[in-house]
Amino acid sequence: MKVRIKSNAFLIAVSAVILGLIAGGLLMLAIGSNPFTGFYYLFRGGLMSMERIGNTIATAITLMLVGLSVAFAFKTGLFNIGASGQMLVGGLCATLVAHYVFLPRPLYLVVIITAAFLGGAAWGIIPGFLKAKFNVHEVVATIMMNWIAYWSVYYFVPIYLKAPSLETESRSIAISQTLRSPWLSKIFGGGYINVGIFVAIAAVFILKFILDKTTLGFELKAVGSNRFCAEYAGIKVNRNVIISMMIAGGLAGLAGMTYYTGYSRNIQIGVLPQMGFDGIAVALLGASNPIGVLFSAFFFGILQSGKGFMNAMTEIPPEIADTIIATIIYFTATSVLFKRFWDAVGRRSKAKALQNQEQADGEGVSHE
Amino acid sequence: MSHVIEMLNIRKEFPGIVANDDITLQVEKGEIHAILGENGAGKSTLMSILFGLYHPDRGIIKVRGKEVRIASPNDASDLGIGMVHQHFQLVQNFSVTENIILGKEGGFVLNRKEAGKKIKALSEQYGLSINPSALIEDITVGMQQRVEILKMLYRDAEILIFDEPTSVLTPQEIDELMQIMRNMIKEGKSIILITHKLNEIKSVADRCTIIRKGKLVAVVDVASTSQAKMAAMMVGRPVNFTVAKEEMHTGAPILEVKNLNVQNVKKLPAVKDFSLQVHSGEIVGIAGVDGNGQSELVEAITGLRAIVSGSVWINGKEITNSSIRERNEAGLGHIPEDRQKRGLVMNSSLSTNMVIKEYYREPFSHRGVLNQSVIDEHAQDICDAFDVRSGEGIFSHAGKLSGGNQQKAIVGREMALGPDIIIAVQPTRGLDVGAIEYIHKRLVEHRDKGKAVLLVSFELDEVFNLSDRIAVMNSGELIDIVQTSATNEEEVGLMMAGVKIKEAAL
Repeated sequence: MKVRIKSNAFLIAVSAVILGLIAGGLLMLAIGSNPFTGFYYLFRGGLMSMERIGNTIATAITLMLVGLSVAFAFKTGLFNIGASGQMLVGGLCATLVAHYVFLPRPLYLVVIITAAFLGGAAWGIIPGFLKAKFNVHEVVATIMMNWIAYWSVYYFVPIYLKAPSLETESRSIAISQTLRSPWLSKIFGGGYINVGIFVAIAAVFILKFILDKTTLGFELKAVGSNRFCAEYAGIKVNRNVIISMMIAGGLAGLAGMTYYTGYSRNIQIGVLPQMGFDGIAVALLGASNPIGVLFSAFFFGILQSGKGFMNAMTEIPPEIADTIIATIIYFTATSVLFKRFWDAVGRRSKAKALQNQEQADGEGVSHE
Repeated sequence: MSHVIEMLNIRKEFPGIVANDDITLQVEKGEIHAILGENGAGKSTLMSILFGLYHPDRGIIKVRGKEVRIASPNDASDLGIGMVHQHFQLVQNFSVTENIILGKEGGFVLNRKEAGKKIKALSEQYGLSINPSALIEDITVGMQQRVEILKMLYRDAEILIFDEPTSVLTPQEIDELMQIMRNMIKEGKSIILITHKLNEIKSVADRCTIIRKGKLVAVVDVASTSQAKMAAMMVGRPVNFTVAKEEMHTGAPILEVKNLNVQNVKKLPAVKDFSLQVHSGEIVGIAGVDGNGQSELVEAITGLRAIVSGSVWINGKEITNSSIRERNEAGLGHIPEDRQKRGLVMNSSLSTNMVIKEYYREPFSHRGVLNQSVIDEHAQDICDAFDVRSGEGIFSHAGKLSGGNQQKAIVGREMALGPDIIIAVQPTRGLDVGAIEYIHKRLVEHRDKGKAVLLVSFELDEVFNLSDRIAVMNSGELIDIVQTSATNEEEVGLMMAGVKIKEAAL
C-alpha cells in the first residue's frame, strides 16, 4: 500500500517532467529551432564534463535545501514563501563567520553551519510565532520578512563588509574560508562544487527520519493534515507551527550558506535570491517528500546550469529552460489529472485481468 | 392501482462493486413508498438512476406505464420526477421565491409577484406555511427543506423523492414533515422516501422496499410488518433495539462539573451556571435540541474551549485549567461530535489515527522515535476488536472508510485509552442500525465495567435507550436531572422546550 502511494507520486512527477519537456520542445519548434539539438545542448551543458557536473551539483545543493525548507513547512500545512529572505539572513550570518572566524576546518564547518541555520531559523520563527499567536497568515508574514532581509542586507553589507572597489557587494571570502574543498575541486576539476552537498544530503535523510520515524514528525504531520483533530488529540498546534517554521527557516538559511559561501563568494545588495522561489518548484515536483526533493533538485540543477550552454550553442534563448520549469510546475500542480489517468489505467488493466480470468474460468467450465 | 414508477431488473456496476443487482422497484400512484437499506446498500444509486444521474447497465424504467429513457435530471423533471436532496441546493442570499424560480424564470423580465403568488398558493395547499419573501440565510434548516419541496411542487412534480430528509431536523420538524408528506399524498402525489430510520417508515410509509448489499430483499406492507422484522431484513440478522442493561450500583463521582459558565464563538453566554455529576457505573444522557449549549459544554469539559468561571473535576482532581493532554491522561475519553473534522485525520492511515492520543508514550515510541510495528499491532487490535472494516486494513486512509467504520474506529480508539469517563457526542449520527446497535452495546459495556459515560444526543430515543439518568439542557441551563425509569418522552420533551416541571407543579 505504502509502496503504491509513493510510486504514484513518482509517476506523477515523471509524467509532469516529460510533458514539460515536450512543451519545451514544441516551443523550440515554434521559434524555428530543432528541439533535439536544443535538448542535446541543454543537457550537455549541465553534464558534459566533470566541471559542468560539479557546477550542476553546486546549483542543486542550494535548490535541495530550499526545496526541503518549503516541503517541510508544507507537511505542517504551512506555505513558506519566505525562503529567499531566510537564505539572505543565513547567508549573511555565514559570510560574517567566513570573514571573522578562523578555526580548524571541522570546527569551522560546525560553526558556519550553526550560524547559518540559526540565522534562517530566526527569520522563520517570527512568521511562525505571528501565525501561532495572532493567526497572521504565514504567506503575508514571510513575504514581509523577505523585504526586511533584503533591506537589512542593503544596509549591512556596505557598512560592515564593503568590498574595496564595489559598493554593491561584500568583499570576497578567501577560498580557504568558503565551503569549497581542495579534494572536491580536484575531482571535479574546479568549479563551484562544495561540501554543501554533504550538508544537503544529510538534511534529506535527517528530515526523512524526523517526518517518518519520530514523534515530532508525527505531530507536525497531524497538525498539517487536520489541525482540529490534532488539537482534539492533545497535540500543541501552536508549538508545532513555530517549530515547523523554525526548522524550515533554518534549512533555507543553510541554502543561503551554500549559495553565498560556496557557490559564490560574496553577497550582493539589492538582490532577493531567485532560488528561494525556485525551491517551491523543487518541493512541488518532489511531492514534498525529502527523497523526491533530492531528485527534483538535481533535475532542476541540470536545467539551470545547462541553459547558458544551450543558448551559446544554438539560437534558443535560455528563457526556454525557465519555461520548461514553469510548465513542469504547471503539470505538477494539476497532478490530480495524472493521478486520475494512472488510476484509470490501473483499474482498466485490473479489470482486464479479471475478465481474462473469468473467461479462462468460463472456458474451463464449458470443457467439462 | 396503477404503477406510477416501475424500475425493472435494474443492474448497475461500478469498478469493483455491483451497486444494484437486479433490483425491481414498483411505486403505486398515491402511496408513500419507503426504500430501506443500510449505508452503501445501493439506495442512492437506484435513485440516481431514476433521477438521470447514472445510466443502468441493464433493466428498464417505466413511468406511468410507458417505458422511458432518463438521460439527465432535466428528463426526470420533464417526467414529473423531483428530488429533495439531503444537502440542500439553495442560494443563501436569495429569497425563497428567487430560489424556487431559479432556472424556471420564464422570459427576460422576472415576474416575482406572479411567482410569489403561485408559491404562496402552493404553500397553503400543502400546509408548508412559508414566507416567499424571506431570505434563505434567515430561515431555519427545516424551512429550507420546505423550500426544496416547494421547488419540486412549483415544477409540477408528481413523484417526489426524499433522500434521508430527517437527518437535519429536530423532532418537531420531523413530525411536521411527516404531516406535509401526508398532505401531498392527499393531493394525489406519490412519494419515494429513502431512509434507514424505521420509526419514520412506520409512521408514514405504505409499503417498503428493502435492499441489502445491492440486492432486493423484500417488498413489505408497512402496517403489517414490525420494525424488528424490517430491521432484520435490512441488516440480514435479528437486531436488538433496546440494549440489555443490568442494574448497576453507582459509585463515586468520576466527572464533576461545578457552576460552569462558558461563552460561545460570538462571546455570548452558552452554558450558564451548569452543574452535573457523573458517577462510576452510570450513563448520564444530556437531552436537548441542537444548539442549546451542549457543544460548548463538551468543549469546556474536554479542554477545547476556555472556561469563563466554574470548575471541572475528574476523579476528584481539578482539570479546569489543564491542557487537553493532561485531561486525556487524567482519564477522559471523547467521541467528538464531528468525526470528520475532529475525530480523524482523513488523509492519514488508520494506524496513525489509532495512536493519535498515545503516540508519545511507551511502547508506541521511545525517546521520541516511533515504534511503527507496535503502533500497527495496536491499530490491528482495535480494528479486530471493534470490527472496523476497510479496504486495505490499518493502512487504509481514514477518509476511505464508511461513516460507520470511521465511528467504530474512533470508539475503539477511545475505549483503548481505558478512560474512566467517555464523553460521547452524537455517537451514532448518520449510522445504520447495525453500527448503532454495536456502538450502543460498547458504551453500555463501558458502564458495566464500572466506568462512566456522558452521552450527548439530539435523538431522544438514544438518550432514553442508554441513559440511567437524563439531564435536560435548554439555552445553556440545566433544566433538571431525572431518573430515566421515572420519566417519559413527553415530560423530557417539555423540559427540552424549557418548561421546569418541578416548578410548574409547585
